[in-house]
Amino acid sequence: MADFNVRADSVNVEQIMEQIRARIREKRGVDYTEQQIRELAAVKLEKFLDPRSVRSDLLEYFRKTPPPPERPNYEFGEDTLFETHRGVVRWFRRLLQPILKLFFNPNPLIQALHIQSRLNTINAERESARHGIDQLYYELIHNLVLETTRAGIEIKNLKMRVESLASRVEFNERRARALESVVVYKSDEERQQRPAAPPAPIPIEGRATQPSAPSAPPSTAPTPPAVEGPGQRSRRRRRRRGRRGRGPAAVMNGENAARPDTPAASEPLSTEDLNTFTGAESHRSETPATPADADRDSDGDDESQ
Amino acid sequence: MKVAVVVQRYGPDINGGAELHARYIAEHLARHADVEVLTTCATDYVTWRNERPTGVETINGVPVRRFRVKRERDPDGFGRRSEHVFEERHSIRDELAWIDAEGPTSRSLIQFITRRAAEYDYFLFFSYRYYHAYHGARAAAPRAVLVPTAERDEAIGLAIFKPLFRGVRGVMYNSPEERAMIHAVSGNHEVPGIVVGVGSDVPNNPQSNRFRQKYNVRSPFAVYVGRIDQNKGCNELFEFFQGYLRDVSGKLSLILIGNSLLPIPPHPRIRHLGFVDDADKFDAMAAADVLIMPSYFESLSMVALEAWALSKAVLVNGKCDVLKGQCIRSNAGLFYEGYAEFAETLHAIEANRWLAAALGRNGRQFFRESYDWSVIERKYLDMFERLKTEAPKRTMEPLPGWLERRRRHVPAAKDVVANLPVGPAGGELRGDARRQA
Repeated sequence: MADFNVRADSVNVEQIMEQIRARIREKRGVDYTEQQIRELAAVKLEKFLDPRSVRSDLLEYFRKTPPPPERPNYEFGEDTLFETHRGVVRWFRRLLQPILKLFFNPNPLIQALHIQSRLNTINAERESARHGIDQLYYELIHNLVLETTRAGIEIKNLKMRVESLASRVEFNERRARALESVVVYKSDEERQQRPAAPPAPIPIEGRATQPSAPSAPPSTAPTPPAVEGPGQRSRRRRRRRGRRGRGPAAVMNGENAARPDTPAASEPLSTEDLNTFTGAESHRSETPATPADADRDSDGDDESQ
Repeated sequence: MKVAVVVQRYGPDINGGAELHARYIAEHLARHADVEVLTTCATDYVTWRNERPTGVETINGVPVRRFRVKRERDPDGFGRRSEHVFEERHSIRDELAWIDAEGPTSRSLIQFITRRAAEYDYFLFFSYRYYHAYHGARAAAPRAVLVPTAERDEAIGLAIFKPLFRGVRGVMYNSPEERAMIHAVSGNHEVPGIVVGVGSDVPNNPQSNRFRQKYNVRSPFAVYVGRIDQNKGCNELFEFFQGYLRDVSGKLSLILIGNSLLPIPPHPRIRHLGFVDDADKFDAMAAADVLIMPSYFESLSMVALEAWALSKAVLVNGKCDVLKGQCIRSNAGLFYEGYAEFAETLHAIEANRWLAAALGRNGRQFFRESYDWSVIERKYLDMFERLKTEAPKRTMEPLPGWLERRRRHVPAAKDVVANLPVGPAGGELRGDARRQA
């Protein structure tokens, strides 16, 4: 959050908020507000709104839907076939029952209807219990849809962040390689020609063990053998610091990340920052390294030094 | 000039927004007029239980006359009535029953106002939504000046308040947003009104180090001051701040000051200090990097004004039109409408000292220009002078007849509120207060 255009003493809150929103859009790719998330969820749930609430309108809706109508049932016992409210008729039926049984056997019929009656009762009980479970299912589905929507958005954002981070890491690697190639090394011959010179710098990454290190230009090049420029001294100091602690690129990134008033570590350094790091600011005769140089150098053009 | 300040509760230990507002106004107007406070014996706004004796006492040089509340509030009954009038089509009778249920139902206070109205030049009624303001303003309409302290909640959509806003002599608004909302809901454009707000007695030299030592606070922090309640947006604040702690490489902690009705998240960088006295409160605000005001409903945030008086930046909930409008008019605070904006704005204030300082300077300037006590007092006195010379343009509309009151033709209050205009208003303060820091 260090890139406001408004750097003067005056501030305009609306302008700052616009910049902040632009940064959020840039960072996230897609700027979903809570409202938008709700709307997205609502699209899938159609008219069932208020997705935040567990006891949502969806649930209310299903609660309002009438419970399944009570299905007709009957009780069937052994005497049901012969029951009547008239006592005389009942007496006659009971009297003639043995004669009726001469024509057919009513017992299986009675038994079947009795079993059917029991089955009806069990079904009705199960259905009413299921109505309650259904409400729980609806609530579960409602929440699942919400969470899925949320997760989908989150995944999309994370993908974009990963892409952004990958490109930054790649850039940082190229920059680190370029900065390493910027450093001036002295060959053994040069060191021998300078008896009063201070002790040789500590080589980096085993380069000093290679006799044909690409750092030393041919002797035809006019180099100042005895006197070091301020840029060289500062570079050497930086190299030592880097070796004591972390690698140069890590130092650079780490320092920036630790300072609250500097741009975030993940942001690319400006040319000014790069100049400071390479020592060009204190030794202006040298050409400052830029990201474009870094690209060139990474292609193997180490002879530029 | 004799002025009565009529408010639901009153006392030095009562820190509710409207009540504190009323006390400050009464004490400051007492320097220019004969001021008497008419209030109830209640101190608890949930039950309206009579806890103070009736009669007259003097508080900070202002006579306070107390009246008994006839019955305590039944929270369940009030909740049912609220749900009915807010959510469903209803009648005027239902709304009158709602305001009776809300209370504080002090008929003796209303009778006193009716009988003794002629003895006062003006009655300043605070908080339009309570029984005392509704019935009191109707009883003394030609002398009634309303300080609505209206928020964008369902109550503003009730039909019984429209004649009230149209029938009083004057209205002292807290913000341009409040004025726009009341104009939209009641059409009371011709009633004299002015945006005033309230000042605050902020100490000249708050001691930030004293606060840090006393409470052992070493790191930079954001502060929230007020009741820690879901209605104040504190749940959202906790959620967002925990996200900030997780996602942002910031160093801010959150210090909470005020009584809590919510569980505080157990995190080492979220600290709850409870209720503290004014000295500690101002010390804390002076020591803070930023004040956060997460409330959705505010008619005027006194805490934000106090922070600005102390040259502190504020971060407010942008879904509250009043707070957002205050930030834009003053150029002294940022606002958020979601987690991403919360994290970015908080980080922006934390990481850019120049921004926090510039916002703070603008806030101080805004406070001095608009909320200094001399400005507030002058606005009240000017309004009284204006009302003295102007004849009332309208009278209070009578209540509908017996049958009409029972007709269920009044729309649900929430539907009325949903149709009100939203967003910060461009009031008269906007151009004046935009200054370079």
